[in-house]
Amino acid sequence: MELLNVYQNNYLIVFVFLCLGVLLPVVALYLGKLLRPYKPSDAKYTTYESGIEPFHDSRVQFNVRYYIFALMFVIFDVETVFLYPWAVAYDKLGIFALVEMLIFVAMLLIGLVYAWKKKVLRWI
Amino acid sequence: MIEDLLQSSPGWANFGIFFLLAVVLLLVVLGFVTYGILAERKVMGFMQLRHGPNQVGGRWGLLQTVADVLKLLLKEDIIPKAVDRPLFILAPVIAFAPSFMVLATLPFTDKFQFADIGVGLLYYIAVSGLTVFGMLLGGWASNNKYALLGGMRAAAQMISYEIPLVMSVLGVILLSGSLNLNEIVARQEHGWFMFLQPIGFIVFFIASIAELNRTPFDLPESENELVAGFHVEYSGFRWAFFMLSEYVYLFGMSTLITVVFLGGWLAPFGLTFIPGAIWFALKFSVVVFVYIWLRSTLPRFRADRLMEFGWKVLLPIALANIFLTAILKTIFGA
Repeated sequence: MELLNVYQNNYLIVFVFLCLGVLLPVVALYLGKLLRPYKPSDAKYTTYESGIEPFHDSRVQFNVRYYIFALMFVIFDVETVFLYPWAVAYDKLGIFALVEMLIFVAMLLIGLVYAWKKKVLRWI
Repeated sequence: MIEDLLQSSPGWANFGIFFLLAVVLLLVVLGFVTYGILAERKVMGFMQLRHGPNQVGGRWGLLQTVADVLKLLLKEDIIPKAVDRPLFILAPVIAFAPSFMVLATLPFTDKFQFADIGVGLLYYIAVSGLTVFGMLLGGWASNNKYALLGGMRAAAQMISYEIPLVMSVLGVILLSGSLNLNEIVARQEHGWFMFLQPIGFIVFFIASIAELNRTPFDLPESENELVAGFHVEYSGFRWAFFMLSEYVYLFGMSTLITVVFLGGWLAPFGLTFIPGAIWFALKFSVVVFVYIWLRSTLPRFRADRLMEFGWKVLLPIALANIFLTAILKTIFGA
């Protein structure tokens, strides 16, 4: 029972940190509202573009490279999800799990080499 | 006393006490940010053969950053017409909240620590990844071309360097057999992981600079091409929260490196008569100093080189390090 309490209390602390992390910006921005001046004028509310008049919407279509990097990220991040439990339990799993993990990573490395050869990893 | 508190059943009273203690930590961290920025400006000043702040608060400019914060608090809050208003207001909060949340599991000394959860290291890495949403949202909501490019760069860079960062600590986890930061420190009694895991340490350190968006990896906010990157349209205290989260991460990352690679509060060479808190502070300061040092030494990366370096150099090295560690551990025993 006490162990359960310790466990719950530790996660309560994490929750407290979340609350405080959200509260600080809210409180500080509210306090700032009471202190700061408010003198609106049209020129202040234009979008900054190094002095020229902004033309058309800025949400333009983006280069597909960002998308490919995001895909690569997903693949390797899932790989780390498998690697972490393996690393923690390595003492119990032993050499068999090591060989299995080597095969798993080798397959992903083939994917990386393929992307490399296809020049996906080049930015331009 | 704290033991009893941790073993009592959780409720509102516990919430209140933890809240007050966390406020104390928040004030400590804000103090660190204030004087960390001053230290950075001062050290960079000396490295570039100039004085740095020396007007407000005496010869050392001790009140310079305090004055800066007060000035920011009194600045007019400008939200341009073209922005997506709810997201624009939400973005700094999303960027800041995770940066404070990560501090929950970090042990500072054997007595001074908050949550002691089993997956501490994983928690840090997982939560610290959330900040990029704040940057991306801020850049997108601003409806400004510079901001959008900055936000996109931040996202591309953070996800590329997250992988080497996560994989380079796997060697440490293999050796210590735990994700709990207290146990990782306990395993460093007979040798810091910095020396047992030199490759992992170097990869982790490089990737951590990229995660912190500091020079030479500060492309998301490179001032001479993107003006200020994702926070071009932010002003006053909303802007301050982006900066604050950056420096709270500096605090968090320096603490994490101290704990995982430099033995935390453990004393080297058996010098145990000096308390652990002082050892921790010393190691922590050295890590912060190295970050500042690198900032004033190295020029900025080029965007294409940055991605290639992450995927073609750091990732294979980090993967090789994992298996090298595993094989060495099997051969020599742990």
